[in-house]
Amino acid sequence: MFHIYCPYCEEHREEEEFHPKGQAHIARPEEPEACSDEEWGDYLFFRDNPRGIHHELWVHAVGCRKFFNITRHTVSYAILETYKMGELPRFTAEFPEGSLSEKVTTEAEAMSRQEGVKA
Amino acid sequence: MSNLVAQNIRTFETHPGVEISAESPLVFFHQRSGAPAPCTESRVALRERALLGHLILRGGAIVLDEAVHSVLGFGLPAYPNALSRDEGGERSIQWLSPDEWLLIVPGGEEFGLEGKLREALGDAHYAIVNVSGGQTLLELEGEAARELLMKSTPYDVHPDNFPVGKGVTTVFAKANLILRRPTETRWELVLRRSFADYLYRWILDAGEAYAIGVEV
Ligand SMILES: [Zn+2]
Repeated sequence: MFHIYCPYCEEHREEEEFHPKGQAHIARPEEPEACSDEEWGDYLFFRDNPRGIHHELWVHAVGCRKFFNITRHTVSYAILETYKMGELPRFTAEFPEGSLSEKVTTEAEAMSRQEGVKA
Repeated sequence: MSNLVAQNIRTFETHPGVEISAESPLVFFHQRSGAPAPCTESRVALRERALLGHLILRGGAIVLDEAVHSVLGFGLPAYPNALSRDEGGERSIQWLSPDEWLLIVPGGEEFGLEGKLREALGDAHYAIVNVSGGQTLLELEGEAARELLMKSTPYDVHPDNFPVGKGVTTVFAKANLILRRPTETRWELVLRRSFADYLYRWILDAGEAYAIGVEV
């Protein structure tokens, strides 16, 4: 079982309370009618399947019922961070150890978020 | 009531008057069938607080807090998963999500209160929904109450994690409910109408080991 930190409830909850909703940060094309079939098909159907860091959309379905994002490692299943809608991830493919500038200022916070992983 | 409210929002009294007998979601099993009576061995007591007024408040915390303060004399809880109550403990407000609170008042007050809140809120961006008919409240009390909860929910109900004044929406016996702890000894469970019968019978089953008694 995952023990997931909900950024809105501000505490860890059982995985049972959450649902995964697929890949995060998928932007809807601004002008759908101007898209080629391929562009629209990519937006609708095609998703990344990385080995490593993956950003996912989850919902705290039995709880505050808010959507938020999780950065997860697809090999270890480790949850590296959870963050609110509209925020940017700290752990990315380019910065697998966390982006440096933010790491200095918010290390303590990042640590507490990493504790979200108690699989 | 301000003109704007009168023009744009239709409100209506859902609390039945004296001519219609009101029935809680638990009316059949709780009130009309053989619920176990409290006895000397009972280590946990169950009681329904039927037909209270339940209002869902949605909107910005600052605006709602001000309106609630002016009408009820106490404000929204300041933190997530928290509960605030008036001095007598009869009226309470619980955080449900960053823009949503549950306000519970004695039955019959909710319609008048809704009107006063709408007046205080004016043309702010908010929503108030009267959900009194959609849910009911159970109280659990007794030395074994926490043990009964531990059998039913994955949420940690240890006092270190669940102090007085906390309230959460969580999984309970594969359904879900709102679990809150208004006082040291008392737990409150807010059940959705459609889950009420199932959860009530689950609680009686889980409480059998502690000779659970139902106080009517
Ligand atoms: Zn939450």
